[in-house]
Amino acid sequence: MRQRFVMGAVAAVLGVFGLTGSASAGATLNAIKQKGFVQCGVNTALAGFSAPDSQGNWTGLDVDICRAIAVALFNDANAVKFTPLNAQQRFTALTSGEVDVLSRNTTWTLTRDASLGMMFTGVTYYDGQGFMVPKSLKIKSAKELKGATVCVQTGTTTELNLADFSRANKLNIKPVVFEQLEESKVAFFGGRCKAYTTDASGLASIRSKDAPKPDDYVILPELISKEPLGPSVRRGDEEWFTLVKWVVFGLLEAEDLGITSQNVDQMKSSTDPSVQRVLGVTGDMGQKLGVDNAWVYNMVKHVGNYAEIFERNVGQKTPLRLARGLNASWKNGGLMYGMPIR
Amino acid sequence: MSDPRHQERGSAPRPSRPAPWNDPRVRAIIYQLLLIAGVVALGAYLVSNTLANLEQRHIRTGYGFFGEEAGFFIGETLIPYDAADSYGHAFLVGLLNTVRVAVVGVVLATVLGAIVGIARLSKNWLIARLASVYVEMLRNLPLLLQLFFWYATLTNLLPDQQDAIGLGPGIYLDKEGLRYPLPEPDPAFPRMILAAAIGLIAAWLFARWARARQMRTGAIVPVLWPALGFVIGLPLAAWALSGAPSAFDMPHMEQFGFEGGASMSPEFLALLFGLVTYTATFIAEIVRAGILAVSWGQTEAASALGLRRILALRLVLLPQALRVIVPPLTSQYLNIVKNSSLAVAIGYPDLVSIANTTLNQTGQAIECISIIMAVYLSVSLAIAGFMNWYNRRIALVER
Amino acid sequence: MVERVDTTLRMPDRPPPMGGGALGWVRANLFSSFWNGALTLAALAVLLAAVPPVFDWAILSAVWGQAAPEVCKATHGACWAFIREKYHLILFGRYPIAEQWRPIMAIAVLIATVALSCNRRFWRAWLGAVWLGGLAAFGLLMWGGILGLAPVETNLWGGLPLTLILAIVGIVVAFPVSILLALGRRSHMPVIRAVSVAYIELIRGVPLISLLFMASFMLPLFLPTGMKINALLRAQVAIIMFTSAYLAEVIRGGLQAIPKGQVEAAEALGLGYWQSMRKIVLPQAIRAVIPPIVNTFIGMFKDTSLVAIVSLTDLLLATKQAISDPNWRAYFVEGYVFIAAIYFCFCFFMSKYSQHLEHELRTGAQR
Repeated sequence: MRQRFVMGAVAAVLGVFGLTGSASAGATLNAIKQKGFVQCGVNTALAGFSAPDSQGNWTGLDVDICRAIAVALFNDANAVKFTPLNAQQRFTALTSGEVDVLSRNTTWTLTRDASLGMMFTGVTYYDGQGFMVPKSLKIKSAKELKGATVCVQTGTTTELNLADFSRANKLNIKPVVFEQLEESKVAFFGGRCKAYTTDASGLASIRSKDAPKPDDYVILPELISKEPLGPSVRRGDEEWFTLVKWVVFGLLEAEDLGITSQNVDQMKSSTDPSVQRVLGVTGDMGQKLGVDNAWVYNMVKHVGNYAEIFERNVGQKTPLRLARGLNASWKNGGLMYGMPIR
Repeated sequence: MSDPRHQERGSAPRPSRPAPWNDPRVRAIIYQLLLIAGVVALGAYLVSNTLANLEQRHIRTGYGFFGEEAGFFIGETLIPYDAADSYGHAFLVGLLNTVRVAVVGVVLATVLGAIVGIARLSKNWLIARLASVYVEMLRNLPLLLQLFFWYATLTNLLPDQQDAIGLGPGIYLDKEGLRYPLPEPDPAFPRMILAAAIGLIAAWLFARWARARQMRTGAIVPVLWPALGFVIGLPLAAWALSGAPSAFDMPHMEQFGFEGGASMSPEFLALLFGLVTYTATFIAEIVRAGILAVSWGQTEAASALGLRRILALRLVLLPQALRVIVPPLTSQYLNIVKNSSLAVAIGYPDLVSIANTTLNQTGQAIECISIIMAVYLSVSLAIAGFMNWYNRRIALVER
Repeated sequence: MVERVDTTLRMPDRPPPMGGGALGWVRANLFSSFWNGALTLAALAVLLAAVPPVFDWAILSAVWGQAAPEVCKATHGACWAFIREKYHLILFGRYPIAEQWRPIMAIAVLIATVALSCNRRFWRAWLGAVWLGGLAAFGLLMWGGILGLAPVETNLWGGLPLTLILAIVGIVVAFPVSILLALGRRSHMPVIRAVSVAYIELIRGVPLISLLFMASFMLPLFLPTGMKINALLRAQVAIIMFTSAYLAEVIRGGLQAIPKGQVEAAEALGLGYWQSMRKIVLPQAIRAVIPPIVNTFIGMFKDTSLVAIVSLTDLLLATKQAISDPNWRAYFVEGYVFIAAIYFCFCFFMSKYSQHLEHELRTGAQR
């Protein structure tokens, strides 16, 4: 009798926690279509990229990429669920199938692309690693950080770049390595370290959101590394990989063609054949990807083109006040270049 | 054995002989075979899954990364280390950092625990009450919470380096930790270590001689002071004979804080402090129980024999109490070693923290975690083995 | 109180008019009470230096109720307004605010179940059913999805309910496993014994954090492609593995205390192994080790805080998230003191209960 109770309890507990199995990974895209939403891995809290607002809704550039994917698939910006992940969990979560796509300010590197069981689909933000120091330190360049303690989060390329930079410039920097983003921020603003290092966009975000007085801190001008950030997917489903890749290109292409969420309806009647093709008025571009032909139209309508996403989350009018810089369209001297949709 | 007889027995078993499925020995063999089959099947299932997953996800396997360049820095190291060194070297640095905090922690926790344990038994009401408040408070809070608290306190409430608290000549406490002077390297120090070793052996020989003499003649030879003389005096003599070097590497202020001397980071201090104050509460209870376990009659008997209090403690009470104390004390020492792994939460670069960083850089979870487990397991088994040996030794004193 | 202690301590100061034979005794006490007196004075000095400022900080100068961080900055006292502001986050994590009555009810159900089990009169078979019901009610309330309750995914669970469920499910599931392990370790069959010993010693030899890492980084690799277990269940599995090994040793201690005659008597009655274990040996053995089982549970309750390292928003991580708000960052002491009080209440109650039980069971056995 008691044994039966125990068995029942175990079964009940497993049920409560939701032990789930899903279809094989060879058909990620099919599985997503079947369950009706995209499971997206995002940062636990990085203002401007992914952070819950005071109503608990996820917002940010990385989050909007996920929403765009959901719109392309389901024409519904809310057909997406977010899993907040820290730096160490993210790759396991992606490769184990816990999330379908990882859109969490993750740097594209060879090791990650080749040996961690994942593939990067493109770049949504070109970043570089920088340093933030208290203004009271009165230094102008990262090269002056000789012998300084620097707070850094583990499991990131940042940690390696810092070591490279210190070695190359013989700075003998002393890193203080933290497991959690929160812990590293608290330690830096508590005065444990002389400098804080992470991607420049992250520095802006942390300064605006986490500094007791943002004006007391300066971000040093030099960037010590290339940090191309972008979404990644698990290996083993090329259709899904292709779709995520083209969602980003679609957002860039919409910006290049001047299609915004404001004018997208008028643009539908444009005579420009490339606009017609992109918006699905003519041709079957969406079908080739396995989605609705109006996928770009829907994305721009619900989420906006890349420029709108950028300005809304991290642009000049936000607390982050980031300039487009490298992230401007190639037409304006930036690196953002959407592959042709044809 | 011929066929008909065999069949006969098989078809109609004698009542005294149970059927094979009712024979306890047969059943035992079947159970064990089933268990082996189960374990092997589970293992094979997991291994095949893992291999398939690694294959499919293009994840590298093997310990080949050990020789590769680590590429990351480590904040505090006991041996020289550079980002250009190998992962294997980084693991060694992490292991030494774990050993560092564990060894210091064990010593301090034992001392503090013994003091508090004795204080709880004090006839002084106030002291006993304070000791029990301390014990009840700290042992009922999660260690990780205490570590976070101490770490946040150290980094937030301590002053900046410009206003470091001076605790003595060349000793400073501030947000970046505790900095203290270190004697400049000098040929005198190896000699002093040698002299200390000789002193230890001499003290041991002297103690043996004294005991033998006491056995023979009954005369008590004082051992403590001569022994201290050997252990402390000899190195001092070696120091004086080598020209009494007294140059210190003093910490001094540079642009970003102190340079020179040696230092303990706030991470190390918080971890050490947390481990010691937490574990000491358990050790205090063990010490108290050990002392209480020795019946009052023993004390009375000792004084009836005319033993002085110190002698009674050393010869009668302590040996008996230790027999009760040592086994649970062992598990507390093991706990310190294992709990030091919480370092990863507050940024002290111990073994787990280094393994975790390596895991993130290489993506080789199985290899990194297996190293952590293997190291802790061997340390645990080694301590357990040593303590069992020691336990047997003091148990023999009984008779 | 202090006065009285002082005088009693000073009493032997006056040497009683006795002969030389008692002189040594008197001197020993004189010496002793001098130190005792000095210690008392020193302790009093420490208390005088520490208690009034702490009292002033925590009560007199503290900011109570709802207040802006600026109000707190103006005083040197504790900022309990921080707790008022963040208690949702600390106690319930990111659980939707509109649904917050559900975790409150869930906690109440769990605590009621535990409280019921504390009474020895209720140690009957139906208590198992109560537990099953309690856990089911907890799951129902937290998870929702039926009876008109909005579904709430486990990655939104946090704070106290998460801490409680990790600890309670941990012990409930680990208990039967640990009985099997303890019996296995005492088995006459070498293979079964070897497997049990290997499991117990392996788990007890490594830190819990390495098991948690294993559960979060390695478990996904062990499972067939496509099968996934959510983060909460993964941590729960690690905690169950850990607890069962420690609990097995506790129960083994109880089994060793049962005289051999009991098993032999059971065998003589014709009971098989499982029957004799279930009806004769285990009830006695487990009864004898209930206090150490409670202590194991206390240890585990504290250890659930380690899941903060693998990013589950338990009470501790939720507090850290609350503290990371730049407006309130200066008030981390208040945050930690608040959850320390919660942990302390649970652990202190349980340890007192275990002592009480120990006493009760001991006198019971003596009768």
